[in-house]
Amino acid sequence: MATSIVEVRNLTKRFGNFTAVDNISFDIHEGEILGLLGPNGAGKTTTIHMLLGLITPTSGTIQMFGLDLAKHRETILQQVNFSSTYISMPFSLTVEENLKVIARLYSLQNIQKRVDSIIEKLEMNDIKTRLTRKLSSGQMSRLTLAKALMTEPKVLFLDEPTASLDPDIVNKIKAFLKEYQRNAGLSILYTSHNMREMEEMSNRIIFLQHGHIVAEGTSDQIVQRYGQRDLEEVFLKLAREPKAQ
Amino acid sequence: MNLGRIGGLLSRHLYLYKRSFARMLEIFYWPFLDLVVWGFITMYLKDAGVSLHGAVAFFLGALILWDVLFRAQQGIAVSFLEEMWARNLMNLFASPLTIGEYLAATMTMSILKVTAVGSLMMVFAWTFYSYDMLQIGLSLFPFIVNLVISGWIIGVLTTSIIMRFGQQAEVLAWGMVFLFQPISCVFYPLDVLPPLLQSIAWMVPPAHIFEGMRAVLIDGDLPVAHILWATGLNIFFLVSIVFWFYHTFNVCKDKGMLVRVGE
Repeated sequence: MATSIVEVRNLTKRFGNFTAVDNISFDIHEGEILGLLGPNGAGKTTTIHMLLGLITPTSGTIQMFGLDLAKHRETILQQVNFSSTYISMPFSLTVEENLKVIARLYSLQNIQKRVDSIIEKLEMNDIKTRLTRKLSSGQMSRLTLAKALMTEPKVLFLDEPTASLDPDIVNKIKAFLKEYQRNAGLSILYTSHNMREMEEMSNRIIFLQHGHIVAEGTSDQIVQRYGQRDLEEVFLKLAREPKAQ
Repeated sequence: MNLGRIGGLLSRHLYLYKRSFARMLEIFYWPFLDLVVWGFITMYLKDAGVSLHGAVAFFLGALILWDVLFRAQQGIAVSFLEEMWARNLMNLFASPLTIGEYLAATMTMSILKVTAVGSLMMVFAWTFYSYDMLQIGLSLFPFIVNLVISGWIIGVLTTSIIMRFGQQAEVLAWGMVFLFQPISCVFYPLDVLPPLLQSIAWMVPPAHIFEGMRAVLIDGDLPVAHILWATGLNIFFLVSIVFWFYHTFNVCKDKGMLVRVGE
């Protein structure tokens, strides 16, 4: 049986009367890519923010590496990182400077070597001295991915890492991630609105709807269970279901 | 406390200042202009025969010390704004950086700003008005230390309000410290205040510092009582405000505001 790196139990987040995440439980296994699927407002990003300690859960527990996130934040976050199309990095710093700052925040050794290495791996040599404000959206995505991978995390949260990018860049990022994940044995929680990408990237998928987990399994299992042709049809079916009272 | 992480956050701000002419200008331009204007005012008062013992020392000394307070506060509050504008708060607070380390980094940043601005103003004052700030003597050191701590207190308070209320409160980064100016008695003695404000002013550490500064200039005595009061009040307010900041941070995490601040 695969070892659970992340264990989420009965996680709930309420903002006033609104329940964003409602009593969800799931595990992320070692070396697994778990897809988190759901329409806008389903609770995907809130879940990731809780896993990163940026939002305090109303109830439930989050354990990573067998430690409680609420009690061992520093130790856990040292081994975790995240990337998203929607995050940014200081615009007035160069790519290389931004990576050096992140390296120091994660207490990395041999900073210059680590920075050079990740720049090389993500083919960013031509932009390493460029100011972050001058990067294209594709280059910015590579930078946020570089900052996440440079720290050599054991768990990586990727919140729509390929949204609004052109297909060529999406393809390159996916290929890089797949290879990196295989080599490093990284566990990844991956969100995307692109069903093909989700099928391609994830070993297992959790479908969130109105803050609940409504389906869980491999892509084929979910498609079969709902009697649809593909994951996109399942998505449309589930996303259009009204919220149960 | 991890010094490497504190240094990491500090380096982020130093990279910023290294490259930004506007930010460097902001550090030196306003203090220089303040000094020019107040310098001319004191010269005018002197020429007009206004009888005010040590007018130059009074105003220029007060101005330089006020700038210490102002820059110390800005070192904290503007550093937070920089993170908010750059939408970098998520990167920071999803890293192992602790709140204590974050505050320590911004406090160090404020010391760097104060050192740069204070030194420059002292040199300007000496060059253009023959005013030697160091004439205050040994008591200058506890004055400056206390003013820096007062600046931190106001800076942390401002930051907690900006974190809680977002961009609409960002103007406080420049305005909040001026709320304390009238009761800090920077340019006038405390006894010109109405009795009610005098009672409030005695609870404000900078009021003791500026009263102390005037005592040194007029009597030449070390104002031990003022220094002790300022230190005691500063310790009390600093501990309270750090607790308050932790509380506000937790409230923001609970309400999901930390990931939305700046939007």
